Amino acid sequence: MEAASIPGGGRRLLLRSPLARLPDRALKYGLTALAALILALIVYFFIRLVGQARPAFARFGVFGFAFENEWNVSAERFGALPLLVGTLITSALALLIGVPVAVASAIYATELCPLRLRAALTVLVELLAAVPSVVYGLWGIFFLAPKLQPAEQWLADRLSFVPFIGGGVVTIPNYFITGLVLAIMILPIVSAISREVMATVPSDQKEAAMGLGATRWEMIRMAVLPYCRSGIVGGAMLGLGRAIGETIAVTILIGDAPQLGSHLFGQGYSLAASIANEFGEAQGLHRSALFAAGLVLFVLTLLVNGIARALVLRAARAGSARAGVDGDDGRGRHIAETVAGA
Amino acid sequence: MSARPTSGERLARFAVSPARRRKDTFARMAILTATVIALIPLMLIIYYLLRKGLGSWSTSFFTTDPTGNTFFKSSSIGGIKSAILGTIEIVALASVIAIPVGLGVAVWLVEYGKDSRFAQTVRFFVDVLTGVPSILFGLFIYIVLIVGTGSSYAGYKGSLALALLMLPVVTRATEVILALVPGALRESALALGAPRWRVILRVVLPTALPGMVTGVLLAIARAAGETAPLLFTAAATLKTNFNLGQFMNSLPVQIYSDVTSPTTAVVNRAWGAALALVTMILLLNVIARLISRRSRLA
Repeated sequence: MEAASIPGGGRRLLLRSPLARLPDRALKYGLTALAALILALIVYFFIRLVGQARPAFARFGVFGFAFENEWNVSAERFGALPLLVGTLITSALALLIGVPVAVASAIYATELCPLRLRAALTVLVELLAAVPSVVYGLWGIFFLAPKLQPAEQWLADRLSFVPFIGGGVVTIPNYFITGLVLAIMILPIVSAISREVMATVPSDQKEAAMGLGATRWEMIRMAVLPYCRSGIVGGAMLGLGRAIGETIAVTILIGDAPQLGSHLFGQGYSLAASIANEFGEAQGLHRSALFAAGLVLFVLTLLVNGIARALVLRAARAGSARAGVDGDDGRGRHIAETVAGA
Repeated sequence: MSARPTSGERLARFAVSPARRRKDTFARMAILTATVIALIPLMLIIYYLLRKGLGSWSTSFFTTDPTGNTFFKSSSIGGIKSAILGTIEIVALASVIAIPVGLGVAVWLVEYGKDSRFAQTVRFFVDVLTGVPSILFGLFIYIVLIVGTGSSYAGYKGSLALALLMLPVVTRATEVILALVPGALRESALALGAPRWRVILRVVLPTALPGMVTGVLLAIARAAGETAPLLFTAAATLKTNFNLGQFMNSLPVQIYSDVTSPTTAVVNRAWGAALALVTMILLLNVIARLISRRSRLA
């Protein structure tokens, strides 16, 4: 019995006074409130945006707004189809051009590159992400577009039998050049995610393929790529999300023709570009329509990013589960980090 | 003539057929070509920025405000002083807002929220914020602070829009680093009788500091290059301005408005401003990378 008692006041000695525990509580609840604030902020943003967009939706209907092919400011007719199509065409082009290049550069960095070059290659590709959007726009409109115009015209003439692609006159701001610059802009993120996912492929599996007599390429095709499919698709979707939301470079490069461009090398418009271009002077219904365009953009990026993150995180979890066997869970964390940096 | 095959013949049975070898060589060449293609745009951008940008750099380029007299001779269009100072002011205020909040949320996620359902929800929403197009942050601040209050554009409103943009980046980057601090370190401090808040402030945060600085610097670099959130919040002006309550110029907005000009001199000013902006951002990136090398955690 005596053994249980601690001299000088027992357990009370180890407890801190209520006053001394105050900072602890303050920190805990303060930080929790901060975290809750972020949730509240997003919900509040969404509600306010819907509120501002309501007049436009009330006038044209949600579907009428999104799928009507007329964006006419002076007639107060706002159907966002040309904008939506412009966003989708340029983003699709960006994926079509950017993803193969990004994945190939990731394969090169992880599987083929001499080890000494790997770090330098990674840094160079990531530097592309440091260039601001407006600089891409400046470079695209004054350097890339004029330089590529003859080549584009040649292509348009050769493809004149394909509807919506060839045939017309190549203008300086156009869908194609926008898609091309967007492809450059999404390259670093798609490449980084692909690289991280490829690094999770167990070396046993690669060595097994080589041991069975596979060439390097056969090893990549049969042991590496099938293993990383969901991660690569997730990375591409993150790139897509980026391309859809990209504003300033697109505004500079796509031109401001608020109708469906007749062909790939003609001028167009996008959701984000319409806001950047017109919001400053917009009044009344026009302004509400621009908020509605913002809302469509918001929902679109939410969908794409949600799917992308689910795919990438699945790859990351698989990576860390496997790495856990080896007693090191570095890989999954690296992927999560890359996603966070995106 | 022995019946036994020579070693060469035996090895030949394992040799890769010419068709497979051709395919392998072709695929490797294709991958190498694509990698080179991936690097070309960076070279071209840097080359053109230097060629065009350096041409317009001069002492007066950095010490005078843009004049707005864009249709007169090139000497009267002025420089980019107000844009550089405006960018520094706006981004500094945005950092002051976003870093403590982002850091606080990250500490909460790692130290208190952990894997609870609420913490998962917060993580999800932070990720959602990361994917929101930057122009929407501008619209949000516009709705709340300009429509809501009936006032006009101001530098601090631009800062708030940029802070919203930085917040998720800071949070996720610092969370990843904080999670790396070994649990044994926290437990030792707690076992020595330190209260939780002291453990966080004196043990966890100092250990994670270099890594967190890297994440924060990259977030600042990203915010500094953003145009879209500033267009309808801080707007643009010509004069240098130290009052964040008024219209404020910034490098990206200056470049954006100069791009559309028909005057060559103004476009050249855009190149000079772009070079200045990219130099600032690259410096931040380099510093961030140097610091991350010193981190003991990564």
